[in-house]
Amino acid sequence: MSAFAANLIDLKDWIYLIAAICFIVGIKMLTSPETAAKGNYISAFAMLLAVGITIISGQISDFTWIAAGIAAGALVGIVASRLVKMTAMPQMVALYNGLGGAASALVASSEYLRKLDELTPFLSTVILLSLFVGSLTFTGSVVAFAKLQELVSGKPVVFPLQHLINLTLIVGTLAIGVFLVAVEPVNIPWFIAVSGIAMVLGVLVVIPIGGADMPVVIALLNSYSGIAVSLTGFVLSNNALIIVGSLVGASGIFLTNEMCVAMNRSIWNVLFGGFGQGAATGAAAVQDPTGAVKPYTIGDAVNVLEASQRVILVPGYGMAASQAQHAVRDLGDNLEEMGIDVKYAIHPVAGRMPGHMNVLLAESNVPYDLLKDMDEINPEFRQTDVAIVIGANDVVNPAANEDPSSPIYGMPILNVEEAKTVMVLKRSMNPGFAGIDNALFLRDNTMMLFGDAKSTLNKLVEGVKGK
Amino acid sequence: MLSVFLVGLYVLVLSIFVGFEIISKVPPMLHTPLMSGTNAISGITLVGAVVAAGFSQDLLTTILGFFAVVCGSINVVGGYLVTDRMLRMFKKK
Repeated sequence: MSAFAANLIDLKDWIYLIAAICFIVGIKMLTSPETAAKGNYISAFAMLLAVGITIISGQISDFTWIAAGIAAGALVGIVASRLVKMTAMPQMVALYNGLGGAASALVASSEYLRKLDELTPFLSTVILLSLFVGSLTFTGSVVAFAKLQELVSGKPVVFPLQHLINLTLIVGTLAIGVFLVAVEPVNIPWFIAVSGIAMVLGVLVVIPIGGADMPVVIALLNSYSGIAVSLTGFVLSNNALIIVGSLVGASGIFLTNEMCVAMNRSIWNVLFGGFGQGAATGAAAVQDPTGAVKPYTIGDAVNVLEASQRVILVPGYGMAASQAQHAVRDLGDNLEEMGIDVKYAIHPVAGRMPGHMNVLLAESNVPYDLLKDMDEINPEFRQTDVAIVIGANDVVNPAANEDPSSPIYGMPILNVEEAKTVMVLKRSMNPGFAGIDNALFLRDNTMMLFGDAKSTLNKLVEGVKGK
Repeated sequence: MLSVFLVGLYVLVLSIFVGFEIISKVPPMLHTPLMSGTNAISGITLVGAVVAAGFSQDLLTTILGFFAVVCGSINVVGGYLVTDRMLRMFKKK
């Protein structure tokens, strides 16, 4: 090895250290929307450093496949990042989690084949763990993607002996793992089996989870992809990977926990509960003897809005589903022009991933200082004339506060029912994804405006314009 | 080997603490860009992937490495670009 190459290898570890620092600083700058974009550049710069120094540090004899791979990946990445709709961000993140898992599993496999002669128990263990977590993350994410993209039904898929089958597979993998580490390290069929079982498990653990719980699943798979990266770091004895993997893992676990708290459920309940299977009981709300659903006209709604001073807009998944974020902003603007104070209330689990609603409203140019978190906005509903609920359901269901028998009892909600008038824009009386009836629709101060959210919003805008 | 492992473990534990500390301060408003941003940085596996794809010991490891490079590059390039696209949408009044 030339002296130059040796110096580069020495330099490499320093560059990795600088890169790791930049990654941390980059994420730290995400703590404010003013510095976030710059933080992203710093992080990208760190990536360039880390990958760049690896490529030129002399361990590589043939650049053909690297160049081809980077070109193909970059092309897909560029096109996808331009074309993806903001409403489809959950699917995209799900897919990226999966690719992260796949990359780790592939690197682990390649390292295994490269180092068949030098497998220590430690190296075998981390390679197998990296392979297992990576493979599971890959297929689990593909299933999550398919559910979010509605390629398969978003309803939970449950079947008998589900948990027993999963447990058997886990114990089986563990046994194979012990065998490969302690008895016969070089055994390619069993090595492939570990990956295969992990892929089956990835599918089995995600299919029983319903559409409304996807924010939790995406966050959890995000953390798995981070754990896989850390494990790859142990495989390669590379601290930069261990650090980055920990950051991603910590982020995923933090978000998973946030989502669970916002739904008042434990992670175990989300993963094994089969929540939302009862999504076929929509008729019950209409038959509720305590009230009758009153459909109102656009004219009624416009009259109420004209007389109001403070309005809060409450978006939910329905806004994303009907691409209504621009119409929401349009209504907000027109109300502001009438001298009305307008704010936007965002529930942590509104939409299909953490922060989904914020991105959609930012896309339609709503200034971010008008976007209010649940804890910040909840005390304000009492002094609000109109709360307009756009395609949100479970996150505004008063049963969470009032009905101990409700499955969502105890979940923190946006207290829209405290506003003088609640307008609910809704396609039909079907219950939300949790499959629970919503007594809000029957309240005396609730005005139901049935129809597609976007067209209702546009009609409201027409109505209030020029008043 | 053990000492390398122990050092790695130190790094792991400490950076998990750092991670939690920083990420708990990211406002919920930015949680989607946070997730796509972490997708991007998890593409750091490229560091391992390029060595696998370029070491050319035999065809199989090279192919595995090649696919790892493709996955990692999609994460890096797509992740950073889409995060940038989102973050530039956030404007103050």
